[in-house]
Amino acid sequence: MLKIIKYVLLDIVRSRTIIGYTVFLMLATWGMFMLESNPSKSMLSLINILLIVIPLVSIIFSTIHFYNSYEFMELMLAQPVKRSTVFAGSYAGAALALCMAFIIGTGIPLVTFDSSGAAIALLISGILITLIFVSIAYLCAALSRDKAKGTGIAILSWFFFAIIYDSLLLFILFLFADYPIEKFLLALTFFNPVDLVRLILLLKMDVAALMGMTGAVYSQLLGSVNGMLIAGLVSIIWILWPFALAMRIFKRKDI
Amino acid sequence: MFFIPFWLLHFSSVTANVITVLPSPNAIAKAIAESSPGDTIIIHSGTYREGNLKINHSLTILGKGLPVIDGQHKVEMLSISAHHTTIKGLRFINSGKSNSDDLAAIKLYSTKHVTIQDNEFDNNFFCIYLLNSDSCTITGNDIKGYAVNEQSSGNGIHLWKCQHAVIKDNTVSGHRDGIYFEFVTDSRIEKNKSFSNIRYGLHFMFSDRNAYSNNRFYHNGAGVAVMYSKNIHMTGNTFDLNRGSAAYGLLLKDITDSRIISNRFEYNSIGIYMEGSNRIIVSGNNFHNNGWAVRILSNCESNEIVRNNFTANSFDVSTNGPASSNTFHNNYWDKYEGYDLNRDLAGDIPYRPVSLYALLMERIPFALILYRSFVVTIFERMEKIAPAITPVDLFDNQPRMKPWKL
Amino acid sequence: MEIRGLKKQFGRIHVLNGLTLQLKKGSAYALIGPNGSGKTTMLKILLGLVNPDSGEALFQNKSVLKQWKYRNHFGYMPQISRYPENMTPFQIMEMIKDIRQHSGAYDMDLYKQFGINKFENKAMHSLSGGMRQKVGASLAFMFSPEVIILDEPTAGLDPLSTEILKEKIIRSRHEGKLILITSHILSDLDEIITHVIYLNEGNILFQLTIEELRSRTKSEKLSQAIAAIMKENGHA
Repeated sequence: MLKIIKYVLLDIVRSRTIIGYTVFLMLATWGMFMLESNPSKSMLSLINILLIVIPLVSIIFSTIHFYNSYEFMELMLAQPVKRSTVFAGSYAGAALALCMAFIIGTGIPLVTFDSSGAAIALLISGILITLIFVSIAYLCAALSRDKAKGTGIAILSWFFFAIIYDSLLLFILFLFADYPIEKFLLALTFFNPVDLVRLILLLKMDVAALMGMTGAVYSQLLGSVNGMLIAGLVSIIWILWPFALAMRIFKRKDI
Repeated sequence: MFFIPFWLLHFSSVTANVITVLPSPNAIAKAIAESSPGDTIIIHSGTYREGNLKINHSLTILGKGLPVIDGQHKVEMLSISAHHTTIKGLRFINSGKSNSDDLAAIKLYSTKHVTIQDNEFDNNFFCIYLLNSDSCTITGNDIKGYAVNEQSSGNGIHLWKCQHAVIKDNTVSGHRDGIYFEFVTDSRIEKNKSFSNIRYGLHFMFSDRNAYSNNRFYHNGAGVAVMYSKNIHMTGNTFDLNRGSAAYGLLLKDITDSRIISNRFEYNSIGIYMEGSNRIIVSGNNFHNNGWAVRILSNCESNEIVRNNFTANSFDVSTNGPASSNTFHNNYWDKYEGYDLNRDLAGDIPYRPVSLYALLMERIPFALILYRSFVVTIFERMEKIAPAITPVDLFDNQPRMKPWKL
Repeated sequence: MEIRGLKKQFGRIHVLNGLTLQLKKGSAYALIGPNGSGKTTMLKILLGLVNPDSGEALFQNKSVLKQWKYRNHFGYMPQISRYPENMTPFQIMEMIKDIRQHSGAYDMDLYKQFGINKFENKAMHSLSGGMRQKVGASLAFMFSPEVIILDEPTAGLDPLSTEILKEKIIRSRHEGKLILITSHILSDLDEIITHVIYLNEGNILFQLTIEELRSRTKSEKLSQAIAAIMKENGHA
């Protein structure tokens, strides 16, 4: 398994895309903190990168990586290696590369400028959302043998989770504002990984406002530590289930 | 003076008497009965369970080694109706509980110049209760309660119809209100710490011309509530961690002609909540990391919010209706995205502190759950560029480019 | 090796229709048949690359389905040699050595004879089809496996290299290996195989030793022999 990850990583680094991504994140993060004297304001800009750019890059990069490493996987599968090892190794390689890019590109500048709890939450959220979208990417890729189709599904799912889903929630919010839909709405946010990660940040950065909410749902369920724990756990479920499903499909796949 | 027996006069002609009390049944009661005005009673350490003690002439009562006065959950321990009395160095525990006659550890009845100093209070209903008293000093007391709800708890320091009181260096926690003022005038509250009280850290009702400064109010239902009063000076206080629904750092209701200067509001659900309040100057304050820094209802008029810092708040300002005649001027807003071409440290385009989403949340509070999502950010951006919904006349036309050093 | 009632369907097309075969070591089997007759699918099932719908494939009396360790004894040269394009032949060989953890000596015959060292440091994507085939062939033999599966090995190889490969196959057969070859170029198979298996639409049309085939058709050349037998069966 470690050997597979090693070769996957070697291959990823050789392609240089990942280095470009790291440099981009680094420039963006440094830039935000250098141009802005107030770290809390830079954090707000980082949130948008976190909720939009990182999922997009993670999902596209991983999908393309999967298709590009098809030859590698074929070669490996004819060797005495377990299928699940090849798949998990490929996933781990991509996930590791993207997480490292995020940690080096964003994490290091972030922690040097602002080591508050919010910065730590941002770092953890970034890693979570990267892993989640690599999982979703692998599921998209496992679903279709056709590279164009798979990448298409991946971009669509990003679009859905990052933009459409929240628009729908906002729409529901307006439409049913007079009904007691708080719990329902809260439950719906758990079905979108982007919302889930946003919730973790919200619990860290806007805990005072959240605690000011009337209604026991928010204060109990989201009472910072509890809410953080629940959101974190559900995020992990969001890493695991697409990966597990993709693995299942991959295991039964004819190469 | 002619009623004083000969043998007492004999001693007090030189100096006041000093009476020493050691633990034994009714020792303090006996000492008080034996004392004459101006005497000093020194109570040595031990536990005294003597029911209610009345002080009708001026005395100095000092504890040595923190003697414990135990009310055994039945009585008011000390009832003082004498002027010029000092109570110092005692520990009061377990007063009776009664909502009908507001039992307290120490109650002052129409007195003047009484000092309550360096005492400890633990598990009492009310602790220090001043009725109709003048020029009293309450200082250095450590007051601790275990209030569970508003109905079954009393206030730490309670003043009713008093003048010229000084409340200083006390620590109050676990009561209904930490410090309570009703019909109190010309008094000062300084350097106290009031925290974890069920309702308010400090509560004013119908109390004019008072000042409180350099106090810290935290983890209370609301930090400070000032209601139906005027001419209140609030300076150098810290209001923090007052969080929860209807939790404010500072709640102003029907307040006029007051000043809120150089305070810190941090981590409160709402920093300042203003309702029906007029002609208040809010200046030189730091609002940091609050849910809402300032929530100002549309029935507030002629207030001036100038030269404050607003940083890392979820929402800077919210309001419930069409704006009024309040002035926002020269504040530092960390969410401001304008520019300063002439480099005078004031932004060239105005800042509108009421965001679209803050307004939406006035109508649908749980919309907060979608805050900071990309879609919401886009909407807010659009509204910032071309305001359509947010109040047109609520803006800071000289937003400060750099935070004030406060 | 043994194959029992192997069935595989891609969509509505029956690629394999209940295949049963016995494959013995020290023999070389030619798997022939028209396009889409299921040759490659069968090989891929043996390698675990394709999952059969039903049936069983055994190696040393143990099922290979969903297993992986048995591939230590297998060498495979795919029909279209697809490799990580950014790697060089040297890196690929080193990688597979690393992954396989082979305990014995490496069989570098083909590597030397093909002269792979001349282009072993060029990226795969810059290599010609023939060069890639050479890499694939030498990888299949490198770990001295007991079963060698070659899918269209001679396609794209120059005549000289084809001869080198043929000699290697014959040598390996004599060393007691089991060799499975699919090829369209029947003439290339002439001297190297011991058995012929003819697949058509997922069924075994016939399975003969090379001697049986020759005696039945009285022809020396494999292609003629096949043609004759096809005629016999009314297929051509």
